[in-house]
Formats: sequence, structure tokens, C-alpha cells
Amino acid sequence: MTSLPAGPSRKRLGLVIDLDICVGCHACAVNCKEWNTGGVAAPLTDLAPYGADPDGVWFNRVHTYEVGEGPAGRTVHFPRSCLHCAEPACVTVCPTGASFKRAEDGIVLVDEDLCIGCKLCSWACPYGAREFDEDAGVMKKCTLCIDRIYNETFDPEDRVPACVATCPASARHFGDLGDPDSAVSKLVAEREGFDLMAEMGYAPTNKYLPPRPRRQGGGCTSAPARLAPAAPVTTGGLLGWLDRLLSQ
Amino acid sequence: MHPSLSVIFFTTASGAGYGLLALLGVLAPFGMVPADPLFGLVALVLALGAITAGLVSSLFHLGQRQRAWRAFSQWRSSWLSREGVAAVATYLPAGLFGIGWVFLGTVSKAAGLLAALGAVATVFCTSMIYRSLKPVPRWHNRWVVPNYLALGLMSGLLWLVLVLQIFGARPLPAATVPAAIALAAVLKLGYWRFIDAAPATSTAGSATGLGSFGTVRLLEAPHTSENYLLKEMGFSIARKHAAKLRRIAMVLGFGLPFMLSFVPFVASGWPAIAAALLAAILGTVGVFVERWLFFAEARHAVTLYYGRSEV
Repeated sequence: MTSLPAGPSRKRLGLVIDLDICVGCHACAVNCKEWNTGGVAAPLTDLAPYGADPDGVWFNRVHTYEVGEGPAGRTVHFPRSCLHCAEPACVTVCPTGASFKRAEDGIVLVDEDLCIGCKLCSWACPYGAREFDEDAGVMKKCTLCIDRIYNETFDPEDRVPACVATCPASARHFGDLGDPDSAVSKLVAEREGFDLMAEMGYAPTNKYLPPRPRRQGGGCTSAPARLAPAAPVTTGGLLGWLDRLLSQ
Repeated sequence: MHPSLSVIFFTTASGAGYGLLALLGVLAPFGMVPADPLFGLVALVLALGAITAGLVSSLFHLGQRQRAWRAFSQWRSSWLSREGVAAVATYLPAGLFGIGWVFLGTVSKAAGLLAALGAVATVFCTSMIYRSLKPVPRWHNRWVVPNYLALGLMSGLLWLVLVLQIFGARPLPAATVPAAIALAAVLKLGYWRFIDAAPATSTAGSATGLGSFGTVRLLEAPHTSENYLLKEMGFSIARKHAAKLRRIAMVLGFGLPFMLSFVPFVASGWPAIAAALLAAILGTVGVFVERWLFFAEARHAVTLYYGRSEV
């Protein structure tokens, strides 16, 4: 059913992505592809993977932006994936019921056996979360790794989406954004996390954390311009005598 | 947005077909078009033929055509599903209307009006598919629905005039055709004026949330060649071609049919038939070009992540 689940969904599983920390290594995108090409949405078809213009289905893409001018300018790496919105128009436009939002945890999914490949959901998503699989003739999207996060054969610490598990910089966090006391909700509150394109009214679940303000006066590392002596210069004793002798 | 030929042909052909069906359904019960069964047969075959050709064409847009029947299920939330339901439902009164008119010699008012209602509802649903898409501001505005309805009515009317001329029937009241063309042209020009002047709804700054740090510029795309998003949503048309195509659509689709609609006042017989045929073809080609532009000029918000600064 493509009508949205009625009533407030208490649980809203999603991601928090820290744009201050992301180093743009694309490991999240690669591990996402690796996991999901064998997961519930498998395969994530590649077209001409070794050709001049390789193309294929990915659920996670890392953009890199330059923001601001001159000394105030900065480079920001920006991973982009499904935001599992509270008001996902991609679900309501679906004519077949293939797209749905789960009432129990807010995850937005596609039932590939019902999808007719009309592509309207991808038109309805401002975030580019949905990619059409030419080969399978159906739409595919991020599942928030439902086959990992509820997988009881995994150790509890591994029950996170592949992108979160692999991030070497810990720029990605997974949790329940519907619970104000969860670690991710506290992180969002503390760092003033924001919604992408809030003006669209889709109420994304995933939040992004802004780059931290740059420290003033210390260059990019905030270290002092000159190294201070680690210990006061000795004036007496054998080392003092040597110092005076060698300084002459 | 990528101008997909199957969808453009669908909206153009079925728009004209539903326009013609709506006119027949309203005019025939009140004796404003000939009650001759042969006239009914030709006009309804033209209308239902265009509708059916359009609907079949729309199936070619699908990745899994054999499951198309599933699209009738989600009419509670989806305009595409509502369009499908309305399109199929319209065949019932249209079929009864046609059988009554052509085979039984009775023009049913109820079936005619229901068929007209279904035709208008279907075109309305088609337009609402686009109207409801917030990520495409050039579709998500109040001009889109009136444009679809007026252009469907205009192209349907041009084909009705042709059939009337071929049958040597009493023409429609004098100002009807030029007025319908003028209305459609004004709405199209209004739409273009609107999309050219409308302020941006989203920017690269709001898409990334980084606008407060300064101007956001794409430094590195996530991939080296075009992906689905760029092929489907990233289509862009050069400004000069858009301007030229708008003029072509305006002259072919509205200007020439408008002038040709005055031919029956000064001539009858073959010249009038030729003028009506030319007007119907030009009008339909003009709507086709206009519909291509409707897609090609539409900008999707996802392009903000790929270097566009605003949509």
C-alpha cells in the first residue's frame, strides 16, 4: 500500500552523516555496493563496467564540493543516499504498491516483484536516492541494510548498515532518530544537524552535521606558528657549560 | 527531464483523443454534431484510436510491461494510478455511447456525458502527475493543469472540425475554434512566462545544507560517466534552442491553426477540408513540440547535487 502508515511512527531508523569528518574516501559507497549486490536488492547491475562509459546502480554516492571563497573556502565531501523521509513522495506516487514505508521502523523499501519500472518515484525524489536498474526493469534503492541491521547471526556491533560499518573515519552513525534520547538524536542536537532541502517538505529522517567552525589564528591545525621549547634552557651544570662552550 | 518519446506521444495523442471524446460526448446529445451513425463511427474511432495508441505507447515507458495491471491498485495515493483507472473506466461509457450511436441509432445523453467526464478526468489526472512533483518546480505550479486541459481540448477540437468538414456538416458556432486556440495559446504563453520568471525554489546551498558557509560549487562528481540520475533527470536544452522551439510550437501549434480556422468563413468544400486537415495536423505537431519542451525545459532538484546552482 503506497499510502503512508497512519499515526506517528515512534521508531525512525536512519543515518547521521558528519560532513566535518567525512574524508571523501568512497569506502561507504563501495561497501554499500559490495553488500547490496548480494543482498535483498541484488544484483546492483553494472552496464559496461569495463567500457569507456561504465554505468550502474549505486545506493550511495559521494560528491565533493568547494564551499565559500578564498581563505574562508573549504572542501566538503558529501555522501548522498536515501534519507528515509517521513513524508516520502516516492512512496505515495507509486501506482502499484511496490514502494512502501514500513510502519515499524520508517524504512522506505521497494518490492521488486510489484514494481513496473515506471520511474515516477525517481522523479518524485529530490535527493536522487532511487536508481533504475535497466537490466532488471525495476527501481532500486537503499534498504538501510535491513538484511544487516536485523541479522541475528551477526554480532550486535555489526548490526549496522554496510556504509556505517566500513567508514574508517566514523563519519556515519546509525540509530533511531525518532527517539530523542538515542545517541544519534543527541549528536544531532549537540551539533545542530540539519535536513537537506527542508523546503520540499519531505521531512527527511537522515540528518547531516555541518562542518565545525574553523579555529582562528592557528592555521588549519590550530597549532602555534612557532614551536615553544619543551623545557627551560639549562644554564648550569655540565649541559650549561657545554651549551656556553658550543655557543661561542 | 529526459523527454521520453513514449510519454510525449502518449500525452499528445491521448490528450487529443480525450479532447475529441469529451466534445463528442457533450455536443452529440444536444444535436450540435450530426446524428449520422457514420459520422459517429468515424469520429469515435478517431478519438478512441488516438487514446488507445497513446495508452499503448505509454506502456513502452515501463520496465516491466506485463505487470502494468498492478498500476490500477493505488488510486488512493497515486495520480498515475488514478490516471490508469480513469483511462480504463472511460472506455465503458465511451463504448456504450458509441454502440448506441453507431449501431442502435440513439445518442445517449447519459453515456455521452459520462464519457466526457471520464475524458476530462483522465487528462486532469495526467496533468496532476506532473503538477504534484515538488522536485520539478517547472511542473509543480498552477499553470500545468489548465495547460493540459486546454491543449487537449484544442487538439481534439481541431480533429472534430476536420470530421465535420469531411461530412459537410453544419460548422460549430463561428468563434468556437479560434477562441479555443487563443485560450490554449494564452495559457501556454502564461506558462512560459511563469517558468522564466519564477524564483528558484531550491539551491545547491539548500540541497547540501552548506549554503550558510558560502557558494557551493561541485568540485568532484561521484562518478566519471553519466548515471541513471543524469540521463533521466539531468537532460538540459540549450537556451537558444528552447527559444527557437517555443517559436516553432507557437507558430505551428497555435498561429497557423488560428488563421486556418477562419477559412470556412470564406470557402467551403475541398479548400475548407484541406484547411481543417492542415490545422489538425499542425496543431497536433505543435502540441508535440510543446510537450517535448515541457520535459526538456523542466529541471529536477537532483541536478543541484551535480553542479546546477538552482532549480
